[in-house]
Amino acid sequence: MNKIKVGIIGTGNIGTDILMKLKRSSILECGIFAGRNPDSKGIQLAKKMGVPTSTESIRAIEENPDCCEIVFDATSATVHKQNAPILRRLKKFAIDLTPAHVGKMCVPVLNLEDCLLLDNVNLITCGGQATIPIAKVISDVHPETKYIEIVATIASKSAGPGTRNNIDEFTQATRDALSEFTGIEHTKAIIVLNPAEPPITMHNTVYALIDNPNMDEIRRRVREMEAKIKKYVPGYSILLEPSYENGRVTTTLQVVGLGDYLPKYSGNLDIITCAAIEIAEYYAREKLLKRG
Amino acid sequence: MSKIKIFDCTLRDGNHALKHQLTEDNIEDYCLAMDGSGVYTIMVGHGNGLGASSLQVGLALLDERTMLQTAKKNLERTKLGIYMIPGFGTIKDNLEPAIQDGVELFEIGCHCTEADTTREHIEYLCNRGLETYGVLMMYHMASPEKILEEAQKMQSYGAKGVILMDSAGASTPEMVQRVIALLVDNLHVQVGFHPHNNMGLAVGNAYTAVCEGATIIDGTLRGFGAGAGNCQLEDIVAVLEKTGKRTGIDLYKMLDASDQVMPDIMGTEFGQDSISIVSGQAGVFSAFKLHVLNAAKEFGVDPRDIFKELGKRKAVGGQEDMIVEVAEKLSSPMGSRNSNVNYQLESLL
Repeated sequence: MNKIKVGIIGTGNIGTDILMKLKRSSILECGIFAGRNPDSKGIQLAKKMGVPTSTESIRAIEENPDCCEIVFDATSATVHKQNAPILRRLKKFAIDLTPAHVGKMCVPVLNLEDCLLLDNVNLITCGGQATIPIAKVISDVHPETKYIEIVATIASKSAGPGTRNNIDEFTQATRDALSEFTGIEHTKAIIVLNPAEPPITMHNTVYALIDNPNMDEIRRRVREMEAKIKKYVPGYSILLEPSYENGRVTTTLQVVGLGDYLPKYSGNLDIITCAAIEIAEYYAREKLLKRG
Repeated sequence: MSKIKIFDCTLRDGNHALKHQLTEDNIEDYCLAMDGSGVYTIMVGHGNGLGASSLQVGLALLDERTMLQTAKKNLERTKLGIYMIPGFGTIKDNLEPAIQDGVELFEIGCHCTEADTTREHIEYLCNRGLETYGVLMMYHMASPEKILEEAQKMQSYGAKGVILMDSAGASTPEMVQRVIALLVDNLHVQVGFHPHNNMGLAVGNAYTAVCEGATIIDGTLRGFGAGAGNCQLEDIVAVLEKTGKRTGIDLYKMLDASDQVMPDIMGTEFGQDSISIVSGQAGVFSAFKLHVLNAAKEFGVDPRDIFKELGKRKAVGGQEDMIVEVAEKLSSPMGSRNSNVNYQLESLL
């Protein structure tokens, strides 16, 4: 079967994790792995794997546009804002893994199909990918929910310089997406980095303020959602089922990574890179079908 | 010797002890009593700072703009300050409104090993010419050398000073001596210290920090604050006066405020107790105390065991959701130790 070529810009934790995951894909292959830092571990690894690399970042794609049809941008919010118009001009399908929020926000389990006709989709943040589906389940059962809050805790070692330099956009984008997907105005996102050794697994809590919640229905739908997400993020699991006390519904979940690039505690990489691959594969499959 | 600046965070850290229920009257009374007392800034807000009012760490009674506007109205001679932890608050949702509300001094904090998460915020504020300090929380969890490295990052972002928070009250004077001396020798910006009193050493540790060259002490009237409370400002100012160090504080004015305003604000029983001592020893964030007591009650476990376990797991500020998990685990038949303490605590709550 033919493969669709993809490019990766950004050779940090997220970019490199995507590169590793592409090895498993039957329809995607990496045409260019481009960053800026010649010493990055990702670049060294890509070279060993025989993947074309560049330290010219997006210029590598501008100079050789045929190297890919889909581009994963794993740089930073600021850089993606510069890259987005270039990728549009080159007619690439851009999957943005920074919190730049240039294109439509996508959580594959919720709105994948709405995003495929666009030229730029944004994956919000790892915290958003992990928690928004649960928040959405709750707001679907109870549109009158007064307030939703999420807390994402990730191991310091799994937050690279891109995440750290963008912590403000990260927090804001997660909160904005929470409101957009649930339709609930009052929302809050909290991001915590924990440096404990051995590193902690990505841990998320979703709180919702609701009067008289239908807990059976919420629990049932949360379990359904968990099963759907597991299909593309195998390490996604609910730790504490939705429980109700003092007017608040609390759900706790964790994401264990596949350990492709960083170790398994880095579920924060998997939740967003698996989502990116899911979108890319879906897009690629449609393209291949059209080509017959 | 340069003047020692006293940062007054009674209306911020003290909010922890009130489960963040400070009222407009509290803020107004306090600001009127303390304005012009010589403290360098009066800091106001939720216990964990701007943007922290949440189900995770506790909802504040007042929204933060009301807190800031109320304080601003009643401060003429003292700068209004705030604290913010990136990841809780953002530039758009919290800093921009705070600037509009007339905040003049900003502390931007993070866990002690994560200074690069403060870069955006410190640079944003410094670029606008606003007086900004970096804060490293839970400093006891990293080596002095690592703390220096992180403090140097904050200095490079433009912070006017770096303040270490002994958020767990886990310090001994020797620990304070070593880390403050190292920072003072290697930074060109000011060095500050924010003690907690879990093991009864807050004022002593503040004094040690000053002797090693710290020029900012961040504390509260009556030591009112998270867990066992903070460095009591009346005490440290008296000690500094006695030892000939300049603070510019009108001690009588401060003592009058302490006598006249604080009893109303504090209301509840407050201070060191057996729980906060164990939490200090275990090195766990002081503000976890009320959450731990609640979880201990709910799951029928010894709150001291919860603190010990949180210490082992190296929980950091903001991880309040871990408390319930730990309590649940300890309550399982294997980990259960149903002691009298639960009963005693219930009668306290």
